[in-house]
Amino acid sequence: MRDELAVAVFAAETGFHLVSAPESGRFRRFAAGFEGQAYRAELDRRGLRFVGRSAPGFPRSLAAIFDPPVGIFVRGTQPLELLDRPSVAVVGARTCSAYGAQTARMLGRELAQAGLVVVSGLARGVDAEAHRGALEAGGATVAVLGCGIDRDYPASHRELARSIVRDGLIVSEYAPGVEPAPWRFPARNRIIAGLAAATVVVEARERSGALITADLALEEGREVFTVPGEITSALSKGTNALLRLGATACTGSADVLESFGLEPPPGAEASPDAARVLELLPAGADELGRALRLDAGPLAALLAELELTGVVVEAEGVYRTSR
Amino acid sequence: MLARTVTHALVGLEARRVEVEVQFRHGVPAFTIVGLPDRACQEAKVRVKSGIAAAEIRLESAKITVNLAPAALRKEGSGYDLPIALAILAAAREIPVGSLAEHASVGELALDGRIRPVGGVLAAAEGARRNGLSRLLCAAESAPEAELAGVEPVPLRHLSEAVSYLRGESEPPAVASQNGHGPPPAHPDLRDVRGQERARRALELAAAGSHNLLLAGPPGTGKTMLARRLPGILPPLAPDERLEVTRIHSVAGLLSAERPLVTLPPFRAPHHSASMAAIVGGGSGPRPGEATLAHRGVLLLDELPEFVRPALEALRQPLEDGVVSVARAGGHCIFPARFQLVATMNLCPCGARGDPRVECSCSPQRLAAFRDKLSRALLDRFDLVVTVPRARAQELAAAEGETSEPVRERVAAARARLRTDAAAIRRSPAADDLLTRAVDRLPLSGRGRARVARVARTVAALAGADEVAPEHVAEALSYRSPSELSS
Repeated sequence: MRDELAVAVFAAETGFHLVSAPESGRFRRFAAGFEGQAYRAELDRRGLRFVGRSAPGFPRSLAAIFDPPVGIFVRGTQPLELLDRPSVAVVGARTCSAYGAQTARMLGRELAQAGLVVVSGLARGVDAEAHRGALEAGGATVAVLGCGIDRDYPASHRELARSIVRDGLIVSEYAPGVEPAPWRFPARNRIIAGLAAATVVVEARERSGALITADLALEEGREVFTVPGEITSALSKGTNALLRLGATACTGSADVLESFGLEPPPGAEASPDAARVLELLPAGADELGRALRLDAGPLAALLAELELTGVVVEAEGVYRTSR
Repeated sequence: MLARTVTHALVGLEARRVEVEVQFRHGVPAFTIVGLPDRACQEAKVRVKSGIAAAEIRLESAKITVNLAPAALRKEGSGYDLPIALAILAAAREIPVGSLAEHASVGELALDGRIRPVGGVLAAAEGARRNGLSRLLCAAESAPEAELAGVEPVPLRHLSEAVSYLRGESEPPAVASQNGHGPPPAHPDLRDVRGQERARRALELAAAGSHNLLLAGPPGTGKTMLARRLPGILPPLAPDERLEVTRIHSVAGLLSAERPLVTLPPFRAPHHSASMAAIVGGGSGPRPGEATLAHRGVLLLDELPEFVRPALEALRQPLEDGVVSVARAGGHCIFPARFQLVATMNLCPCGARGDPRVECSCSPQRLAAFRDKLSRALLDRFDLVVTVPRARAQELAAAEGETSEPVRERVAAARARLRTDAAAIRRSPAADDLLTRAVDRLPLSGRGRARVARVARTVAALAGADEVAPEHVAEALSYRSPSELSS
C-alpha cells in the first residue's frame, strides 16, 4: 500500500505515466529512500488525501477499468463514498456554443437534482458548465484533473474549483506539482469514464477529447449518451458521428435518469403566455415579438419573468428553454 | 513709448486675463516677444509685421519688445496676433493710446492683414465681461459667438478696419444675430432601421433616462447604425446647458459660424485608436478630450474592446462624477464631462459568436483576453445591455420602421416627467418584491440593483404610469449584462 504512493510520487518526479511499480533499479532506489509517512503527513497538512488502488476507499467502478491508476489523490472534505455513488460524466468541447453551454448546465443541474454525482474535467466550456449546473442545484460534483492535484487548471477556474472542493471532490492520479501536459488529458479522460456509470457527450468536434472519453466508456461497457446537434455545425460533427455509430441520443436529463431507474424532478407550471413563448423557442426577442404580436417592452418583461423563474435562458440574443 | 491692451489666455476652459505690453523705442531694429510664448505665438512676429504693412501703415524702424503678462503663464496659439499688432500700433502712436481702454481683443492675422477666427472666443468674451471690458475686437466670424457672452463684439475683417475704428474714423459693421439661422445639422432617422424592435426599445429607454447603453452582437447587425440614431431622438438642450456646451465647443474650435450657439446635444464618436489623452483630455496645457466634448450629449465608442484599456478605464471617473480632472506639469484642470455613453461590441474577436450561421474560430485564450479588456467595473456602468441578433431576411425586406419624430416626442414627455416628479414615481410593493427576488437569484451587485431600479423608473415614466409596477422592473431586468460578457 505504501508502495502505491511511492509509485505515484516517482511518476510525478520522473514525468512517466505509471499504473504499476516499474522493474527498474532507479525505482527500487527511489522506493527505498521514500518516506511514505512524512509524505502523507505533508499531504494531510495541505488538505489532500491519497487512496491507493488496493485501499478500501478506492472507487470500485474505477478499479474495474482496464488500466486503473495506482492510486488517486483527492482534494476536498467530502467523504470518499461520494466516488462510489451513482454518477454521470458530462463532457464536451472547450470552445462550445451557447447551445452547448446551456445544455451542459441544464444536464448538470437536473442530474444533480435527481441525486446523481456529476463528473467532469474542470476544463473550459462544457465541463465547467456541467460542474456549475450541479453546484447550482446544491448537488455533488467531481472534477478530475489532468495535472497535479494541487493545481487549478485552467487558472481562470480557481473559484469554480474552490466551490467544488466545498461541495464535492477534486481527483487526480498525479501527485502535487505535476504540470499539465497534452498527453495527460487523454489519460485523465479514462478516469472520468471510469468513475462514471454513464457518460454524456454534449458537444464535440470531429477530433475531440470528449470522444476519447466516450470511447473509453464504451470499452468499459458503460452507457454513452450523446446530445444531438445541428448537422451543419462543426461543433456537432463528433457527437452526431457517435449517434450514427449507435450511441443513445440524450434529448433531456430524463433519458439519462431513466437508465438509472430515476424519475425526473417535476417541472414548474407555466402560464399561458409563457407556454406560447416556450412553443416558439429557440428564438430572438424580435422574432418572438412579431409572432406573439407583443411590443418590445411588454415582451422584455415577460421574458425576464421567465428567466427569473428559470424556465428560459438567454445567450447571445437567443432565448432557449432550460428544461 | 509704452502701450497696453488686454487679451485672454485659455487655461482648460477658463479664460485668464493677459496684458499685452509693448515698448516701442527708436534704435536698432529688433522684435522680441517675452512671457512664455509657444511656437505659434512666437511666430506672431512675422504675421504682425506683414499684417501692419498690409494695412498700409509704415512703422519707423524701432526696437519692439512685447511682454505678455503674467509672464509665468504659458501663452499658446495664434490668438495673440491681433492684440500684439494693436498694442504696437498704439505704442507707435498710430492709434490713440486711450482708444484701447474698455476693449479686449483676440484674433489671428493673415499675411495680407485679414483677421482670422480662433477657438475659445466665447470663453475670452466671458473673461472680458468679468474684467469689466465692454467690447471685444475679434474676427467677423467670431462675433456671434462673442455676443453670446453679453459682450459687444467689434467684428473685423481686416486690420485696417480695426485701425480706422480705433481712430474713431468709422463705426464697425453691426453684427447680424445669426443664432438659429443656419439649418440644424441633420441626424440619421430611425426610419432606416428595419426590425430590431428590442434594440429600438432599448435606444428609446436610453434616450428617455439618459442611460448608458451597450449594444453587443455579431458584425453587420446594425449596432452602429442604431447607435448613430440616438442623437436624433434626444430633445434639445435646456437653455442653461446651451452656453455651457457652446463654451466647450468654442475652446475646441468646433463651432460653426452659422450656428454658434449649440442647441442640440453634442454627439461624439472617436475612432477606437484614440489615446487616453484624446478621450479624457490632456496636453501640456490641458485641452478637453472627447468625453468633455460630449458633455450633455452622447459619447459613442464603436467597437468598445478595440479601445486601449487605459482610455476605457479613464472613463470610469467621468461616468461616476460627471467631471474629468486632468493633472499635468503645466497645470491641473477640471473639465465637465456629463455624457451618455453608448458603445457597441462584437461578442468575440472574430465576430462570429452570436451568429448561428458562422462558427466562431476564436481560441479560449483569445476569447479570455478579449473579455479581460472590459473590466467588470466598466461593464457595470452600462444600465442597458442589449444583444442584437442577426436580422432574418424577411425582417430586412419589411416596411420601414417608425420615424424618429414620434419617438423624440415620447422621449421628451418622459424626460419632463422624470425631471418634475422623479421622486413621485415609486415602486409598488409587488415591484419591490420582484426586485428583491431578482437580487437573490441573479448576480446583481448593489450598483446593479440601483441601476435596475433606475431603468425601471424610466420604463414607468415612458409608459406614463404613476408608479413602478412589477412589469416595469421585469423589463429593466431583461437589459442587464448577459453572462457571456462577464463570465
